[in-house]
Amino acid sequence: MGFDRVLTRNVGKPDSRKIDTYLAGGGYSAARKAVTSTPDEVVKIVSDSGLRGRGGAGFPTGKKWSFIPKNDTGQKFLCCNADESEPGTFKDRVLLEHDPHLLIDGMIVSAYAIQATRAFIYIRGEMHAAAKILEGAVAEAYARGFLGKKIFGSAFDLDITVYRGAGAYICGEETGLIESLEGKRGWPRIKPPFPAIKGLFGRPTVVNNVETLCCVPPILERGASWFASIGTPNNTGPKLYCVSGHVNRPGVYELPLGTPMMELLDQYAGGIWKGRTLKAVIPGGSSAAVLTAPECQALPLDFDSCGKAHTMLGSAGVIVMDDHTCMVDAALNVMRFYAHESCGQCTPCREGTTWVAKILNRDVHGQGLETDPDLLLDVCRNIEGRAICPLADGAVAPVASIIRKFRSEFDHHVKHKSCDLGKAAVA
Amino acid sequence: MDSVTTGPLGPKHKATSRPSGPPSPEKPLAFSNAADDELRRIVEKYPDAGMRLLPTLHVAQREFGWISEEVKHLVAHRLAIPVAHLESVVSFYTMFHQRPVGRLDVQVCMSLPCALRGSGETWAAIANALGIAGGEITADGLFSICKVECLAQCDRAPVVQVNDEDHLDVSADRVKSFLDSLRNQTGDGKAGA
Ligand SMILES: Cc1cc2nc3c(=O)[nH]c(=O)nc-3n(C[C@H](O)[C@H](O)[C@H](O)COP(=O)(O)O)c2cc1C
Ligand code: SF4
Ligand code: FES
Repeated sequence: MGFDRVLTRNVGKPDSRKIDTYLAGGGYSAARKAVTSTPDEVVKIVSDSGLRGRGGAGFPTGKKWSFIPKNDTGQKFLCCNADESEPGTFKDRVLLEHDPHLLIDGMIVSAYAIQATRAFIYIRGEMHAAAKILEGAVAEAYARGFLGKKIFGSAFDLDITVYRGAGAYICGEETGLIESLEGKRGWPRIKPPFPAIKGLFGRPTVVNNVETLCCVPPILERGASWFASIGTPNNTGPKLYCVSGHVNRPGVYELPLGTPMMELLDQYAGGIWKGRTLKAVIPGGSSAAVLTAPECQALPLDFDSCGKAHTMLGSAGVIVMDDHTCMVDAALNVMRFYAHESCGQCTPCREGTTWVAKILNRDVHGQGLETDPDLLLDVCRNIEGRAICPLADGAVAPVASIIRKFRSEFDHHVKHKSCDLGKAAVA
Repeated sequence: MDSVTTGPLGPKHKATSRPSGPPSPEKPLAFSNAADDELRRIVEKYPDAGMRLLPTLHVAQREFGWISEEVKHLVAHRLAIPVAHLESVVSFYTMFHQRPVGRLDVQVCMSLPCALRGSGETWAAIANALGIAGGEITADGLFSICKVECLAQCDRAPVVQVNDEDHLDVSADRVKSFLDSLRNQTGDGKAGA
């Protein structure tokens, strides 16, 4: 376990959330450094580091920032996406609750890079404690003059405001988030225009994930090449992996990008619980395609390797299932989530997820038809790529892959009108 | 607990529906002084009027327990926005209750990681112990239960949120003591509405 923690280095320290603790570790030197550089210099350091967004898509952060129009002198916005609602994902919570100043430091740098003088932290409504902690941290930063007018003696002004959601997974999607910030239903917008051109209140906006923003201060402090030396080529830096499900030690583990899946599960998460064996893993939060145990064996957990394996690193929510898990049940659980969370704008997503969940429900309860797996795959094909936002594809990926890779379990359910495995996943 | 939102005769916003406790049914619904202060701070904090809706609804729900028809009208009036817009927002977000809930709203996470570690059994044990189904309130008004999605604490599954607080590792075998401690926390094991 030789990896020197970067993002979670303060986690576990007494008073880790206090500004003095953060300052004692050299905190806010990144923000100070940024405001004495040019915005272009800041964007370049972050681009050179190879940092890719930790919110799910792995989009290069420096590149995203560079889309903000430079000749536009009007209001620009930075939004921190702290909506963390993807089943299996619980990493941003750790940063929010234990090191809020790391996030604020990163937001100052990022806001400066895009010359946004107004920033928002959109935190999911259910995170009551974290929202209070953030409010406290933002107040501390204002009290020290790190936020507000002419911060750190520069000419740069920045206000950060915490904004609470109210229970809607779709508000994690960046344009749904923007709509919600404007006080509306969180209905994703059709892109283009992208938020960098027309975002919050129609102004250029960058939306970045909590963990992404927390990667920024260490990059400024220790340099782009240091950051790029961690991980694998094109997949640089430290990463927070969330391991849940059937392991002995579920939790958040900070490791270099590209850490092999089995190393994460066996060495860090303590192996499969109850002396059982591994059956399947959903590696990137519940929107990612499932992997069978053999597919997990040599898999480095980074964006590109997961992509090659026809799944995604996504939010790095690694959901582990043992050999007692009923995969039909697991598919139903996941599809119910998406049917519930679909915002309802697009017919294929709204109706498709609902019907797939209904069919899976009859399969789980021994009332399925032999033709159901093909029917399900057909419906899935008609959802995929036919909707406004990626939620629809995220609903299809896990379920279609479960049907393809564990089809015999569906057949068993139809033939025997029962499951050998007992109900493992659904109430 | 009476859950009518519309009396048989009255218009929707008539003061017929109300969660337990004050204010008294005779007076029209109003924010308390403390909530009023909070709403003023919201105006300062969010200079854009649109941004005040969600924060205001959070305050209103804390104040009145749920977002009844009259609360909708109160908030719409306060923010000078159409009730229809408010309606569209309230109905979109799961945290805004459109029906009364118990004083302890027990929300059990049912998403896959929690389900893999027994949240189904936890749910059944809670429903069984309280003798109510999802969306219902116990006769004493103390508990309501509902299923919710991932609460971003999956390493401590099964996770149950009660009002604003997270409870971790609530396995089915712990449900009895879990409910007992909740009762003790509120200071009344028997509780009247
Ligand atoms: C349905 C859906 C839910 C999402 N939820 C989140 C979320 O909770 N947190 C997050 O950071 N990104 C989430 N995303 C990704 C965001 O749209 C966006 O890509 C991300 O915040 C960008 O940040 P990054 O570039 O720093 O990764 C979600 C995307 C979709 C389609
Ligand atoms: S794909 Fe689904 S969630 Fe996304 S906008 Fe369409 S209906 Fe809404
Ligand atoms: S699945 Fe229950 S907290 Fe994530």
